[in-house]
Amino acid sequence: MATLELTIREEDVTAAFVPRPRRLGVLFWIAIGWMALVFAVAILADILPLPSPTDMDMLERRAPVSAEHWLGTDGLGRDELARLIHGARISLVVGLCAPMIGFVIGGALGMLAGYVRGRFETLVVGSMDVLLAFPPLILALAVTAFVGQSILNLTFILGVLGIPAFMRVARAATLTLARREFVIAAEALGATHARILLRELLPNVLLPLVAFFLLGVAITIVAEGALSFLGLGVPPPISSWGSMIGEGRESLDVAPRLAFFPAFAFFLTVLSFNLVGDALKALTDPRQGAL
Amino acid sequence: MLGFVVRRLLYLIPVLLAVTLLTFLIASLLPGDLAYVILGDQATPENVAALRHDMGLDQPIWWRYLSWLGHVLQGDFGRSFRTGQTVLQAVTERLPVSIELMLLAEITGLVIGVPLAIVCAAKSGGAFDRFMTGTAFGMLSVPTFLSAILLIYLFAVELRLLPATGYVPFSEDPVGNLRFLVLPALTLALAEWPGIMRVLRSDMISTLQEDYIALAKAKGLKASRILFVHALKPSSLTLVTVTGINIGRLIGGALIVETVFALPGIGRLLVGAIYTRDLIILQGAVLLVAVGFVMVNFIVDLLYAILDPRIRHGHA
Repeated sequence: MATLELTIREEDVTAAFVPRPRRLGVLFWIAIGWMALVFAVAILADILPLPSPTDMDMLERRAPVSAEHWLGTDGLGRDELARLIHGARISLVVGLCAPMIGFVIGGALGMLAGYVRGRFETLVVGSMDVLLAFPPLILALAVTAFVGQSILNLTFILGVLGIPAFMRVARAATLTLARREFVIAAEALGATHARILLRELLPNVLLPLVAFFLLGVAITIVAEGALSFLGLGVPPPISSWGSMIGEGRESLDVAPRLAFFPAFAFFLTVLSFNLVGDALKALTDPRQGAL
Repeated sequence: MLGFVVRRLLYLIPVLLAVTLLTFLIASLLPGDLAYVILGDQATPENVAALRHDMGLDQPIWWRYLSWLGHVLQGDFGRSFRTGQTVLQAVTERLPVSIELMLLAEITGLVIGVPLAIVCAAKSGGAFDRFMTGTAFGMLSVPTFLSAILLIYLFAVELRLLPATGYVPFSEDPVGNLRFLVLPALTLALAEWPGIMRVLRSDMISTLQEDYIALAKAKGLKASRILFVHALKPSSLTLVTVTGINIGRLIGGALIVETVFALPGIGRLLVGAIYTRDLIILQGAVLLVAVGFVMVNFIVDLLYAILDPRIRHGHA
């Protein structure tokens, strides 16, 4: 009987402790769907039967929506839809590559700082403070002004600017994890520092970092958009959503759609990354209702 | 308290020094020689060499940094080689515009965000709360330059109510000044209120579960008094935190807004200096903005310490 009781109780306990799967909701899947669509058209941009995004047609400036130009043409007679789709490439390439830099360097520095502590931690946190002493957009603008405009420079600058944030996330996670039993056990078993960092800590730090990465993508896309909007992002004639919105500003009174199409695509994409990142953050963060 | 202030001040010195070093390095190490920029089309190797010598560009880099730092510490940030204006003149001339814009934006953001947060927290989980939290989340994905375009289209192009660009100083025409600043400040405020509302809302929801709120309810105090006086007070620290965190974004936003609405502020000075490759102005203005930003963060830290004694004594 005693064994039976015990098994029943154990079942009860496990049943009570099974974390109820949190619902991701319809919005989450719509966001995933939009992201998939943007990815697909960006990757297939060269294969799709689109007019060239840079060919000008001075006779058809600001042409309305037609069978030939599905979204009309812009102020220089270039096909709006083609520019929109090629612009998605820039947003995605910069938006995904730049946070990678922050993810790898910031994540590694943060884990080391949280694990090694001492002088090294002070040095890392201090140098991040210096980077954070500049308003980010100002620093990005100043550096672009000196190194010149190119997609590579833009990605690199926005990536470096992301390092402090990733460093903080990784360090905070490592600080709490490093005192947990499984790390102490591994130390007691004589594991090397490298093994503890890579096998014990890294898998646990990775999850919050990945959730933060998606939010980082949203922030980077916005930053790239802002720089291109000011005409200091990707160099023309490459189209970027930011520069398209900036060019559309000139013709708000005659053809507002030239600003609104890219603005809408931009908004939906940023919103999607925010939604998915937020949902994943909620999944990895046990505190309910945390921001 | 004094010990805390001194500790924070001592920490500022290395940070500020590193800020000057980084600003100097960005301007000096990266490609694009100042002499070439100044001479433009007329650059011949002999001209460039002569100008480099005049400007001290042929000196070793550490020496150039030290002499530049020496000038900066004496308040000499250099002079534009295009307009002849000193950096300090250019910045002080434009600073009031930027500060007025940012203050108006932050106040508008608070005026929208705080009441919404209180109403949402009072009936958290209700239809209005869910709608507003959703809207705030959506607004976080609308960057400043998007809302700027939207507001210009709505108020300047369609309704023709407000001017899209232009500026008059407050001292010359107060009403006109405010008319020019409505759209820019509103644009920035649209980016500010969601953050304010989200943080304050979650803060107040937990405050409303405290015993002293129950006591206030039991005493029969009016709901509005409980919400706006008893519950809001402990959240003042949160408001300072949010405002502090937002300053960096606000400065970046002001730069875009000033450019879009043609306001003669610091942001426009920076962007203009980039367009005309006026590197001395750019370097000096970036340094001054960064120093100002560090100082504002320092003041926010002090405010925390005044509001929350735990921070002063190193418990938090």
